[in-house]
Amino acid sequence: MKAGDLVELAARNLRESVLRNSLTTLGIGVGVASLVAMLSLGIGLQQLANRRLERSGLFDTIMVTSRRGVGGFNRRAFENGPPPAESRPLDETARLEIARLPNVLEATPDIRFVTELHYEGKPHLTMVAGLPPSARENDAFENIQGHFFSSETADEAILQIQFTDDLLGIHPKPGDPSSKLNPTTQALIGKEITLSYAERIPEPNVSEAKPVAGKKPGPPQTPPRASRDNDEPAAASFSVVPRERKLRIVGITDQDPDGLRGASGARVFLPLRMVENLHIMLPSGMRESEPNFSSVPTYLSLSVRLKSPNDVESVQDAIKKQGFNTFSILDATRNLRRFFAVLDLFLGIFGSLALTVAALGIVNTLVMAILERRREIGIMKAIGASDGDVKKLFFAEAAVMGFVGGILGVALGWSIGRVINIGTNIYLRRQDLPSENLWAVPWWLVVGAIVFAILVSMISGLYPAARAARLDPVQALRYE
Amino acid sequence: MTDNSTGPGAIRTEAVQRHFRMGEATICAVDGISLDVAAGGFVALLGSSGSGKSSLLNLLAGLDRPTAGAVIVDGRNLAEMSGEELSRYRRHRVGMVFQAFNLIPTMTLLENVELPMRFAEMDRSRRPELARQALERVGLGARLAHRPSQLSGGEQQRAAIARALVNRPSLLLADEPTGNLDSRTGSEILDLLHESNEQFSMTVVLVTHERALAERYAQRLIFLADGKVVADQPNVPTSRRTAERGPQSESPAPPRKELA
Repeated sequence: MKAGDLVELAARNLRESVLRNSLTTLGIGVGVASLVAMLSLGIGLQQLANRRLERSGLFDTIMVTSRRGVGGFNRRAFENGPPPAESRPLDETARLEIARLPNVLEATPDIRFVTELHYEGKPHLTMVAGLPPSARENDAFENIQGHFFSSETADEAILQIQFTDDLLGIHPKPGDPSSKLNPTTQALIGKEITLSYAERIPEPNVSEAKPVAGKKPGPPQTPPRASRDNDEPAAASFSVVPRERKLRIVGITDQDPDGLRGASGARVFLPLRMVENLHIMLPSGMRESEPNFSSVPTYLSLSVRLKSPNDVESVQDAIKKQGFNTFSILDATRNLRRFFAVLDLFLGIFGSLALTVAALGIVNTLVMAILERRREIGIMKAIGASDGDVKKLFFAEAAVMGFVGGILGVALGWSIGRVINIGTNIYLRRQDLPSENLWAVPWWLVVGAIVFAILVSMISGLYPAARAARLDPVQALRYE
Repeated sequence: MTDNSTGPGAIRTEAVQRHFRMGEATICAVDGISLDVAAGGFVALLGSSGSGKSSLLNLLAGLDRPTAGAVIVDGRNLAEMSGEELSRYRRHRVGMVFQAFNLIPTMTLLENVELPMRFAEMDRSRRPELARQALERVGLGARLAHRPSQLSGGEQQRAAIARALVNRPSLLLADEPTGNLDSRTGSEILDLLHESNEQFSMTVVLVTHERALAERYAQRLIFLADGKVVADQPNVPTSRRTAERGPQSESPAPPRKELA
């Protein structure tokens, strides 16, 4: 029998006992709905978490340090790798190479230093960090007061809220709730602040005895001078010149925008490109051995941002092959993904329970139909239906119920989800929290749910269909 | 082709047996029957209930398989066919008419008659027209959209004949087709079978327990008892005469109502 005829006959058979079949179909619908509701909650939560994590910059970022640097994060890799002196410097060439790796969005140097800032004549010692333009997407700037840097090279600064307390001379008592954006801090925006820094100027002919006078930022971990002298007798020379730069405060954030890079907690942020152009004397520069260090900038560490947290492992391997140390919070994402996989599994099993009950309903309905249509099956066989035709007919009936039930279930599940989402958001608003979309019904879930419903229905139809096909026509036709 | 013993619709059984197990006992419903029916013949199988005539008919129809022996139709042994082949045989070679009409109650007459064509995978666009023609031929052209329950017994049986003939089988098997009908309607039904036999040179096997009816239509009477042939005699049908005289003169036959 042709497929069109099968579906037509199946549909008319279903219409004949419309109440019973509707109830069975509704059962499948409820089963699918519970499955869809559970899974879309799981998916929604996962997407919510991923959105948060991606914006935090924690999970799609790899820290790259030179193996020469004693400050490398991964001591073990450092010990196992090639000797420090033979490994590559982490310079601009290496940065460009890393930036060109597949799945890498950008590789930005980490520039941070402790220095003095003058506001209204008073000096304030703090940690300053350069921010790449991509930091604009960082969720720390979601509730920024003021705005982000107007350009990559603007003489502008964004302050961290704690630092504004310093500037304004406020000393919150310990235990007080942390500072909040308020009109007082608002007043700082547009004001000028003066950055004092030490510029490094190459002096190829001067020996290492360099003037370290002036306002050179005190590196937190100054390497022992003696060893440096021994290792690098012919190191290039440079002079350090104290300089000042006026910056305009454009924004204040109440969160630490620095993610992974924020381990040392910078309080003032400047546009990265602008800071680079200042040629600030950095702690890394103290150990620099390349004679042409000035033409090719060398970095203490790079932050490599990736397209997706999933790429961390492959990119990390690629960077390690180039001879650098890397660090990421990959294991944390791994655990997170494992957690959501388990959550989805549990939600799925929970949702499937209702579908299992519905599947039993199909078996029951079709077995009843066989008893009722015993004679009809006999007739069909007598006038030329094969066992296969009868089997397919019952399969088709199960599939039609599954298909209709699947569509019904997706619609129902989607509605349930909407209701839960709306309810949650009403609750969140009452708690003064931003509303969240913790509900997602991706298209593959819609298609998958319908296909799954058909599949489950057809599996339920296996036994009844086989039983109907086995029916002996002579027996079926024997009595009126 | 009327006397061709191998043409379409020719039947031969060779010592065919059909046993049923009823608990411990074995019942020999068909117990070694050997028959030859020429293509285009009209044969009546006669016997009391339990004589094995319906069982034999089911074997001829390919609805049942013999326990032993051979059933050869159109030169092919049904006993050796696969289930799929048997269903194809039933679909294309056999038309069946039952005592209980066996129309599908949820379908209209047109749909009922279309059903065998569905199984034969006939072109969808041609089916309604062919079904309508088949129903018109049995005088039900005005009842296409009716369901079986809206029709009289005779009309239902005529629809069943239309269904049996729609795939143009070479073999028409009728199992007590008049058993649920009054004598006049029964005669009309047998006239239809007779017509098919003559017009399409279709082999007709009629199972009945009414000798008078068989004598009027069949060219050969085969008497069965306990699964064996007890008599096999040629017969000169009287139907042509009765048909000419019209239905009014059919009174000689005794009333045959509710004899099933």
